[in-house]
Amino acid sequence: MPSPTRVIHKRIYEVAPRDLERAGTVSTAVRRELLALGMTPDIVRRASIICFEGEMNMVLYSKGGRIILLVRDDRVELLFSDRGPGIADIDLASQPGYSTAPDWARELGFGAGFGINNMEQNSDLFKIRSRVGEGTVVRATILLGVPFL
Amino acid sequence: MELRQVIAAIGLTALVGADLAREVRDGYCSDLLSDVLAHAKAGDLWITHQRHLNVIAVAKLRDVAGIVFPRRLRPSPDVVARAQAEGVNLLLAEGTAFEVAGKLYRVLHP
Amino acid sequence: MKLADLAKLLDAQFVTGADQAEREVSRAFAADLLSDVLAMVQEEGVLLITGMITPQVVRVAEVMNMGAVLFVRGKLPPQATVEYATGATIPLLATQQDMYETCGILYRAGLLPAKRKGFPLGNAFPHAGHP
Repeated sequence: MPSPTRVIHKRIYEVAPRDLERAGTVSTAVRRELLALGMTPDIVRRASIICFEGEMNMVLYSKGGRIILLVRDDRVELLFSDRGPGIADIDLASQPGYSTAPDWARELGFGAGFGINNMEQNSDLFKIRSRVGEGTVVRATILLGVPFL
Repeated sequence: MELRQVIAAIGLTALVGADLAREVRDGYCSDLLSDVLAHAKAGDLWITHQRHLNVIAVAKLRDVAGIVFPRRLRPSPDVVARAQAEGVNLLLAEGTAFEVAGKLYRVLHP
Repeated sequence: MKLADLAKLLDAQFVTGADQAEREVSRAFAADLLSDVLAMVQEEGVLLITGMITPQVVRVAEVMNMGAVLFVRGKLPPQATVEYATGATIPLLATQQDMYETCGILYRAGLLPAKRKGFPLGNAFPHAGHP
């Protein structure tokens, strides 16, 4: 195992449930942070997409939580943790097109069922853990200098 | 123009070909079911990313000529089964919604 | 295609960003569902054609570095969204045309569709897994 890499930058954002007015603002803030750090457009873009999907999931479905942006020497990490309700079947929820979104979420333009899959597709390392009644934790990692596809 | 001619002209694949002789009036492109219910016209070919089971009910209600899923987004088996049962044409397109709408428009408005 | 030309073709109005009428959009993508935009658009500078007028539309356009947003079906975004877009320097346009006609007119005028994203989408039932 390589030794843990140095944390260059850390930001913590709170996400309120059902706050549709502010939904998406963590992602635009993360994008600006990464641009200010001089990250390449590809890294900024992938991190922004991951963040947006995670943030929308949290706003639409969870009881709220937080998003942590961690920039290390060799990677960008986005950590999402919410206070529930948790996902019963993660494999099913990760399938493209699978969605439990209520009609109101679909009419807002979300809930097409690409969220988790899209987060995973834009990550180099992706971990999701969930317990029904407790909450869901996601760690999405983008390795710097690793070509995407 | 008949649906089978549209299929040939813009390169669609019939997933459920319930009535390929159906006349296509024009196109409608929307992912919002309420909008389709309010504005699509009978005989429109409906281009949408929505693959929820509700699309079949909406297609029946508006009497559209068929539903086109862009980018080969394949609906789930229950959507296909419902379309077969209800006699709704389902089509797959290779291109994006923009491209499908563009090609359809060009064919119908030369 | 220049935004000014596009506006003329569709009889569209600039909601904000009229000073950027000479800006070019490379390609176009049409969708109402923002998750589809997030999942399917790969390039930058793309024109987003949508009927959604929520604040999230402009935020998605910002994080995806899109060239402009064109609202169809005669919908106009709320003032807060317009102000946000002005700050983020994303031109917003609005047309009375529906999405189908908008795509048809722009496609006929030579605007190209946004290219496909490199990874498979939507065909996996069940999900084939990730390498």
